Amino acid sequence: MFVDMELEGIMRPPDLPMPPYPPKVVTMATGQQMVIRQVGREDVPAILDAIRPTLDIERDFYDVVGARLYAELLSWQKYRAANHYCIIGQIEGILVGIVNGRMYTKDIGMSLHTMTIERGLRVGGHLFSAKMEYQIEYLDQKEVLIVAESPIGMRRFVIDFELEPRPDMPHELGGVPSNSLTKELWFKHRDRLVVGDRPVPKKLMEIAEREIITPTEQLINEKIMGEKRMRSLI
Amino acid sequence: MRKVAILGAGMIPFGRRDEDTLMDMLAVTGLKAMDDAGIGDRPIDAVYVGNMGAPILEHKTGLASALVDRLCLFPAAAESIENGPASGGSAVKNGFLAVASGYCDLVLVVGAEKMRDTIVWKGTDFVATMTHPLVEYIYGVTLPSMAGMFARLYMEKYGVTEEHLAKIAIKNHNNGLLNPYAHIHMRITLEGILHHPHAKVNNPVIASPLRFYDMCPVSDGAAAVLLGPAEMAKELKKPEIAIAGIGQATDTHALQDRDDPTDLKAVTIASQKAFAMAKLKPKDINVVQVHDAFTILEIAESEHAGFFKKGEGAKALDEGRTEIGGDIPINPDGGLKARGHPVGATGVANVVAITWQLRGEAGDFQVKKAENGFALNFGGFGNNVIATILRREA
Repeated sequence: MFVDMELEGIMRPPDLPMPPYPPKVVTMATGQQMVIRQVGREDVPAILDAIRPTLDIERDFYDVVGARLYAELLSWQKYRAANHYCIIGQIEGILVGIVNGRMYTKDIGMSLHTMTIERGLRVGGHLFSAKMEYQIEYLDQKEVLIVAESPIGMRRFVIDFELEPRPDMPHELGGVPSNSLTKELWFKHRDRLVVGDRPVPKKLMEIAEREIITPTEQLINEKIMGEKRMRSLI
Repeated sequence: MRKVAILGAGMIPFGRRDEDTLMDMLAVTGLKAMDDAGIGDRPIDAVYVGNMGAPILEHKTGLASALVDRLCLFPAAAESIENGPASGGSAVKNGFLAVASGYCDLVLVVGAEKMRDTIVWKGTDFVATMTHPLVEYIYGVTLPSMAGMFARLYMEKYGVTEEHLAKIAIKNHNNGLLNPYAHIHMRITLEGILHHPHAKVNNPVIASPLRFYDMCPVSDGAAAVLLGPAEMAKELKKPEIAIAGIGQATDTHALQDRDDPTDLKAVTIASQKAFAMAKLKPKDINVVQVHDAFTILEIAESEHAGFFKKGEGAKALDEGRTEIGGDIPINPDGGLKARGHPVGATGVANVVAITWQLRGEAGDFQVKKAENGFALNFGGFGNNVIATILRREA
């Protein structure tokens, strides 16, 4: 696609300074190690491959989350979203979860989406905590505005972190009332809900950075829906 | 009494079955048991349905009559049996009595529950409706909280540790991996759920000392057996799996009224009755299915049923005796912990699992040389318990 860089210079939103999120590793219930790391625009195509199959999955609002996350990452890749970041989880290089968000202003963060591909392992919980850690501790934001689009998000994030309702503050996702994770709430719950070791051992980091391995469409469907086994036995 | 045999057995995979209604699950599973028996057009005399939650969770009653209608089993007698989490075991027991008495020849027993349409705290509240309304429920007692208190006492009295509980979860998850009907197919490790500092998030405390992986999942599911007179097994050319013994006992509604809350008297008495009827002893049993809605219950129930002395269940676990290759395998199909616990289905599912074992049809979770099996269904917090002993006849 032809891009006029002169015009782009006018159209592209300027970004606020965003220091990088240092990667960490979490030991999961299975004993496997999940590398949590920030990715760049160049990684977006591989991530979109994993999101695409979710557009047709109604279960737990994956279709809504998938469609919005797809658009957000694509907009970021093509410089149509400001102050945006994306953090992923990988186990042995395989993409198991994605989170994203952005700086709304210097002081206020906007949490966008959390998508788990490998379900039942608290991948989403660990990744959500990572993005809050990034916004509060590394981007030094005073609060992060959050909405839940599925009951799971409601339980994991709104209730677990005791988010403060902000009915007067519309969220970017559909303008619905926001919930807020303040610095105070973050530090109240951090020890209970947030884990991860730094630095990530070199070998693990090499595996993660070598390639973002995207599960096949069939595997993504099976992991999210858990249906293959059901079908084979009625 | 006539000798009663399990002529057919069926189950559908437990888990989250969004696309199926409760009636779909009952009907499909009932058909599977009838097909398995190969009864052709022989009439079914009675249908018993074990279910706990449909009136509350699904706003449905009269399940057994609806099932007769769905499967065109007219004019079979039909009864729905609600007996808390022991509903499935109760349904099997009533089916057994109907055949044993000579009142019926063929009885279809189906246990089913649809629990995943309900949000989690409503589900927890629904299960808590079985607690004592005046001294437990109004104070916010739930089954996980009761199990937590029970576990704490049991640990103090018998030296059970958090590591023992984690080992139960790990064993049953490993077994569940071998069972295509199990809800949970995930290997977990001692490091990941207990020893590593990150385990505090992976496996948080839910009802101290019990953690997330000490709890069974909330599942949809159904299981069914077709019961008939033993001689019919030969006619149908099926292995004769006899219901050799059934025992049932109750205990106080409120836990606080028991002399010793760690003493599961109803488990002991129900098991003793079943063993007496079967003329067997615990040492004669080759495979066991207990009601491990919480990990601590696998240890406590196996001791109270007579398989180990009190305080020695954890030692048996440490020694590997309860694994599939051990001398007294417990929950080789994953148990409630990994197979899942759709409450009304569980009692029937434990009987189906033992039936498969005695027939040699348990696939990857088959226990070698299984001739006698024991199934336990634990209702309330041990206030209504049914023990069933199955035997493979030569």
